[in-house]
Amino acid sequence: MEFTIDWYFIIEKLLLISAVLGISLVVAMYSTWGERKVAAWIQDRRGPNRAGPFGLLQPLADGGKLFFKEEIIPSSANRFLFIMGPSLAMFTACLTSAVIPWGDTLTIAGREVSLQIADINIGVLWIMMVVGMGVYGIMIGGWASNNKFSLLAACRGASQVISYELPMGLALIALFMLSGSLSLKDIVEQQRAGTWFVFLQPIGFLIFLICSFAETNRTPFDLPEAENELNGGYHLEYSSMKLGFYLFAEYINMFISSVLMATLYWGGYSFPWMDSIGLEGNWLTIAGIVVLFIKTLFFIFLFMWVRWTIPRFRYDQLMKLGWKVLIPLALLNMLITGAWILFRENGFNF
Amino acid sequence: MTFAEKLYLPAIGKGMMITLKHLFKKKATVNYPEETRPFSPVFRGLHILNRDEMGRERCTACGLCAVACPAEAITMEAAERLPGEEHLYREEKYAARYEINMLRCIFCGFCEEACPKQAVYMSETFAPANYQRKGFIYGKEDMLIPHPQKQIKENNQ
Repeated sequence: MEFTIDWYFIIEKLLLISAVLGISLVVAMYSTWGERKVAAWIQDRRGPNRAGPFGLLQPLADGGKLFFKEEIIPSSANRFLFIMGPSLAMFTACLTSAVIPWGDTLTIAGREVSLQIADINIGVLWIMMVVGMGVYGIMIGGWASNNKFSLLAACRGASQVISYELPMGLALIALFMLSGSLSLKDIVEQQRAGTWFVFLQPIGFLIFLICSFAETNRTPFDLPEAENELNGGYHLEYSSMKLGFYLFAEYINMFISSVLMATLYWGGYSFPWMDSIGLEGNWLTIAGIVVLFIKTLFFIFLFMWVRWTIPRFRYDQLMKLGWKVLIPLALLNMLITGAWILFRENGFNF
Repeated sequence: MTFAEKLYLPAIGKGMMITLKHLFKKKATVNYPEETRPFSPVFRGLHILNRDEMGRERCTACGLCAVACPAEAITMEAAERLPGEEHLYREEKYAARYEINMLRCIFCGFCEEACPKQAVYMSETFAPANYQRKGFIYGKEDMLIPHPQKQIKENNQ
């Protein structure tokens, strides 16, 4: 049987993977800078401005500091699991970026290069799966620390994540009823041809937004790691780069959640009057990429803005919100969307 | 709680508007060391040893400042004025060695109040950082103000 390998395909995919990983890491790194700057500006102060112009080299200094710290592994901790916890968190955080369409297609040297690493037809399901596996990172970290309080905090964190996955999934079901496809590329193309889904599903977007805050352990849902109250929660026993991995994984999760919100509800790389401006081919794709990043940066700013505005939820309030408020709301949203689709198919007759 | 309050979202929205306003307000940070906050004129900073109008040192090594100092930071050794040195010192007794240990000093200003000759004043600067303890023991030369006629002309040239 003849078997030829399309080397160009492999090379372009490898380049794309490195580019996407690199961009995720760089954006996560500069999210830490952005967080400190936004926090400072909201609090009437200036934030880091000494390391490089506008403090832009500050994340490098922070990373360097974390590398230089002493690696402490508690003697009675399970060594393998202790190291695996943050590694899993980082792994699942990076894995979610594989199915996101970063732009249209680029035409390089006569080949159409798609800017999505894997255009699988279960795109969004992949993301929900990987986020579900992210729970392992938290639980393993809490267990392997051999510390009762870390374990309790990890249990809190894990139950928070799985409780908020449910309304997230339910809100997305209503979205799929409208779009008919799970593939992220299809969803973006439908938004490009029609209206953005946020106008068709405002409640769905709201639920998705609130659940994203809970999934990434950001205020107001950051009780599991509440730095001031619980001395770090499941991060407690971690030092140096393992702690760095946990914190970094959180920022990557934040970046991916922002990109997802932009892609699923706000049109992804499409912008109004995209096809009638007169840009062609590669320039249109590049404009789309820039637009996607602007939307993503706005959502990252939103994450930070909310963090420095509202106090955090107490744990029972948090669970009550997830189970008793968001799930019924998501079900109601599904009901209304389903009813509307049915009426539309029947020509709006009863 | 009313229904509107239970929704949380209107209250969150109002809160976020307030933080947004703060984002654009003037910042309260002082860009030290490019800008400094001004001290008051009676600020008790580093000590200086004064001279009179003719450029002679006022300090007569009487020891009242050393006695008044609650932290025992001041030490001095007196010496007698020799016949050729009338332009240097006011009275017959002067301080050959006058040291203040800035690490002991609590900047209370008692030495300034105790001095009968108005020789010790506290200026508006504070002690700069140093790597070694002995760098903090300030001698007479470190604290004496420049000679009004001779050194100021030198500095201006």
